[in-house]
Amino acid sequence: MSIELRQVSKRFGDMAAVEDVSLTVGDGELVALLGPSGGGKTTVLRMIAGLEVPTSGDLLVRGERVNDVPVQRRNIGFVFQSYALFKTMSVFDNIAFGLKIRKTPKAEIEARVGELLRLFGLEGLGRRLPHQLSGGQRQRVAIARALAPRPSVLLLDEPFGAVDAKIRQELREWLVRLHRELHVTTLFVTHDQEEAMEVSDRIVIFSRGRLEQVGSPREVYERPRNEFVARFIGVLNVLELTVRQGVARLNELAFPAHGVPEGGTLRVGFRPYAVQVSADPAEHPLRAVIRQVYFLGVQMRLELETPSGLVLRTRISKDEFLRRGLEQGIPVSFQIREYRVLSTGSDGLAPEVSTVHTASHWAEGI
Amino acid sequence: MRRVLIGLAVAFVGVFLLVPLANVFAQAMAKGWPAYQKSLGHPDTLASVRLTLLVSACCVPLNLVFGVIAAWAVAKFQFRGKALLITLIDLPFSVSPVVSGLIYVVMFGAQGVLGPWLDARDIQIIFAMPGIVLATLFVTFPFVARELIPLMEAQGSDAEQAALTLGASGWQTFRHVTLPSVKWGLLYGVILCNARAMGEFGAVSVVSGHISGVTETLPLRIEKLHQEYQAVGAFSAASLLAILALVTLGLKTWLERRQAIEHARGQNDSPSLP
Repeated sequence: MSIELRQVSKRFGDMAAVEDVSLTVGDGELVALLGPSGGGKTTVLRMIAGLEVPTSGDLLVRGERVNDVPVQRRNIGFVFQSYALFKTMSVFDNIAFGLKIRKTPKAEIEARVGELLRLFGLEGLGRRLPHQLSGGQRQRVAIARALAPRPSVLLLDEPFGAVDAKIRQELREWLVRLHRELHVTTLFVTHDQEEAMEVSDRIVIFSRGRLEQVGSPREVYERPRNEFVARFIGVLNVLELTVRQGVARLNELAFPAHGVPEGGTLRVGFRPYAVQVSADPAEHPLRAVIRQVYFLGVQMRLELETPSGLVLRTRISKDEFLRRGLEQGIPVSFQIREYRVLSTGSDGLAPEVSTVHTASHWAEGI
Repeated sequence: MRRVLIGLAVAFVGVFLLVPLANVFAQAMAKGWPAYQKSLGHPDTLASVRLTLLVSACCVPLNLVFGVIAAWAVAKFQFRGKALLITLIDLPFSVSPVVSGLIYVVMFGAQGVLGPWLDARDIQIIFAMPGIVLATLFVTFPFVARELIPLMEAQGSDAEQAALTLGASGWQTFRHVTLPSVKWGLLYGVILCNARAMGEFGAVSVVSGHISGVTETLPLRIEKLHQEYQAVGAFSAASLLAILALVTLGLKTWLERRQAIEHARGQNDSPSLP
């Protein structure tokens, strides 16, 4: 394995930025550290780089404890969110900096920088100063500079944060390609779940300094460990129901109570795609009106409003939307095909979040 | 309205700045070029020029080093008492130069705190060059630090941290990354520091002792010649300081323009936000 964190914590004064995080990253993996801002993900990245020292716990790189190894000797490439290019140096000198510091022979520096300029599509820009480059070019220089001394790990802090939406998409694809070619172990920080899902092999989800879940994009989407993850990755409808006569109810919706005592509460969540909608009022057991239609390209997002005023979000393909004769304002019938129990009672624990309950379960339960 | 205001400003600058400045040169040349040359060639005047250059040569490098260290500490680190340190750096600006001079007399003078101790070891500070250097150091201390602190704070420390992750030592980072990015501001501070070091009168006057040809700096020499009604001599010496002032002004303007260009580049450097 390439990087290992063992029960790492970091406190700044009284504030715990990172708490008891254990994580291993394998050789050549591309891993996203995902979470809302202030979640501690950048601090984790900076600790791996040696820019911050853990308050407790062990940090291992290739099996060696590096807590006390100074940043200069960790051989880690770090790309700052601001890129932090040396503005008084040319593109060539920026990329060559790490090699010059290591007293690499001049011919070798020229060969390596030339190779990186080609690989990053920066040929002919070697003599430019950073302020003469576009945002995307600057980012590529920053990554090339970090990779020049052949680091064992590449760390990127919000690599797509500072560019506009269109370039962002290109950069994502480019990063995936680059990683496939170079196969350097790469960790990047992002607060954008879509970005994390699209780019990485594995996602590490942080919230308030704690590690919430680690898994492949599919795992964290389909089997979220808790409500935070379920809500953070993708859209989730959440309902809080009260148990009466063995059934959890909220207005016209009812779910099996799963052993929750009478008067207790049950929180359930379901993805928009799990809601089936039909213009035929007899097809599904529940009634609603299509309150709002959002056109997203291939997909449509619908807001359903039940007679009692509950609003549910659903997603449907445009083809299906047209085929089923749906339109804004019409009455429809619907059912919830699958859902998860997020928590029972007030303890907030969710032993069964990862269990998917299907409509058939549900029918039996009621 | 516009014309009146501009006219007033120009008239004010003309009457209070340009005319007197021109007058300095006119008075210096009042008895012709040979008299000007002769009065500048007076041994005591030459000695005062030498002393002034020597004092600047001591103070400017020292304040350059102190200023960079202080600015680095303030801009790049968070620590307790930082606000106090910034206030203290500014102290010489708010204290009257005469008081700054007296501080050193009280410290190192014959009747001062360290007087007897220094006397016993035959070390003379007050009424000698060390005292002049100390007083000048004190009054010129803020120039470099004040110039660098806002510049370094605005630049943040990302570039330095990037250099560290690339394997650079602290010194290499300073030399290759920090110093080039603040060089114009640094030069600007040095020029202001130098101008003040050469022109300082009050603080130096208190500690110097006014010994002609020994502890008299150029401004003190001018004052003495003036008191002795030697108009040509006084104004000839004054013309040297005036020339220094004009050169400083020219350099300052040029540097400000360089800095503005660099700053505009720096702005472009920050990535465009979506």
